[in-house]
Amino acid sequence: MQINKNIAISDSGFIFNPSTGDSFSTNQVGMEIIRLLKDNKSKEEVISGVVSKFNVDEATVEKDLSDFTLMLNNFQLVIGHE
Amino acid sequence: MSKRQITVAVSGLNNIDSPGPGIPVIRALKESEFFDVRIIGLSYENLEPGLYMRDLVDKSYSIPLPSSGTATLLERLAYINSVEKIDVIIPNFDAELHSFIKLSEQLKRDFGIATALPTQEQFESRHKSVLYDFGVENEVKVPFSKMIFSSAEISSLKNEFTYPLVIKGKYYDASIAATPEQAVNYFNKISAKWGLPIIVQEFVSGNEVNVTALGDGKGNCIGAVPMRKLYITDKGKAWAGVSLDDEKLIEITNRVISNSKWKGGCELEFIKSNAGEYYLLEMNPRFPAWVYLAVGCGQNHPEALVKMALGEDVQPFDSYDVGKLFIRYSFDQIVDLKDFEKISTIGEL
Repeated sequence: MQINKNIAISDSGFIFNPSTGDSFSTNQVGMEIIRLLKDNKSKEEVISGVVSKFNVDEATVEKDLSDFTLMLNNFQLVIGHE
Repeated sequence: MSKRQITVAVSGLNNIDSPGPGIPVIRALKESEFFDVRIIGLSYENLEPGLYMRDLVDKSYSIPLPSSGTATLLERLAYINSVEKIDVIIPNFDAELHSFIKLSEQLKRDFGIATALPTQEQFESRHKSVLYDFGVENEVKVPFSKMIFSSAEISSLKNEFTYPLVIKGKYYDASIAATPEQAVNYFNKISAKWGLPIIVQEFVSGNEVNVTALGDGKGNCIGAVPMRKLYITDKGKAWAGVSLDDEKLIEITNRVISNSKWKGGCELEFIKSNAGEYYLLEMNPRFPAWVYLAVGCGQNHPEALVKMALGEDVQPFDSYDVGKLFIRYSFDQIVDLKDFEKISTIGEL
C-alpha cells in the first residue's frame, strides 16, 4: 500500500489531501504508520516499526494496522484506492 | 511602480447569504498591482450591502432592472458615465448579462467603456437548457437533462430518468426530488420564482467541485482555480472552501474555455462521481462569489479581466496555491438613514 505522494502531513498529525480538499487528524501512531508507508515499507516492516516504537504487541498492531489502512483507502489517501 | 488610475463599474453588490460576486471582484481590483481603481457600484436594490461599504465602493448608482429593457439601461449608463467617466464595466448577475452583452459594442463606441464579456452565442450555448449539447461540443460529460414546461410532464419522466432526479430553475435554484410528488412540488416552487422552463437533470452522486476561470476569447484560459466546498449553506452556497490540486479538472476547464473560445469570467460547476469522473453541472457566465479565493491563491482574475477589457496583453497564470481556504462571515453595517434615503430617492450614494 502506497500513500498518495501529494498528501501533506504536518508534525501535529494534520493530514490534507489536496486532490479532494479533505483534511484529517491522526495521532502519533497513525503518523508513524503513514511515515513508514510513505517510505515504501512493507506491511511487516510497518508492524515491526510500530511495535518497536510504541511498546505494543504485534497482534494488536496487525489488527489496528488493518483497520487503519482500510480507513486510508476509504479516505482516498492511498494510490489505487477503491 | 505607479499605478494607473481607472474607474470600474461593478454590479452584484448583494453581499448577502446567497452573495453576488460584486464585492469579491471589487476586493480583487482594490488589490491590483497595476491599477488604482475607483469603484462605481451599480445596484438594483436599495439594501444591497455593498452600497454601504464605503471603503470598497467609492460611489453607487441604482440601475434599472433587466426587465426594463436595454434602452433604459443605456440611458442610465450614459448618465452615470457623464459623471464618472467609466473605463470598464463588470456586470456580475446572470440575469443582466444579456443586456450588457447586447450593449457592449455601443458602450465602447459611444462612451469608451470597455467590457470583457462572452458573445451572445457563447452566453446562450451554456444555458442550463442546452448544457447537454454544450457538453457534447466541448467533450465534457454532462448529466442527461431536458426542459419541461408543465408539471403534467413529470409523470412521463420515468421513461427517461430514474429517481432521484434534479429539478432546476432557469437561472437559479435546484432541488433533488426522490419521488414524482416531490418533483411536482419543486416544479411549482421553482417555476413560481424563476419562471419556465424547468430543467430536469439526471442525478449524479459524488462530490461537488467548482472552478473559477477566465477566458480571453481567443481560446486561451488565462486562469483557473478549482475549489471544493467545505461548508454549504441551506441555499447550497459555499460558506467555506479550499483550493484543490486537480490536474484533470484544470485540463477539462482548459478544454471547455479553449473549444468555446469563452471570453470573460466564468464558473464551472462539476460533480466528481464516486468513480472519479467529472460531470459538468453548470457553467455560470460570470465570476463566482468565491472568486476572491483565486486572488488568495495567486491568480487575480478580476484584475486580468480588466487588463483584457482595456486591450492589454494578458499572459495566462501558470500556478496557484493549493490548500488555501476561504471562510465567509456575516457583518452588520451601521448605516445612517440619510444614506438609505439618498439611494432610495435619487438613486445615488
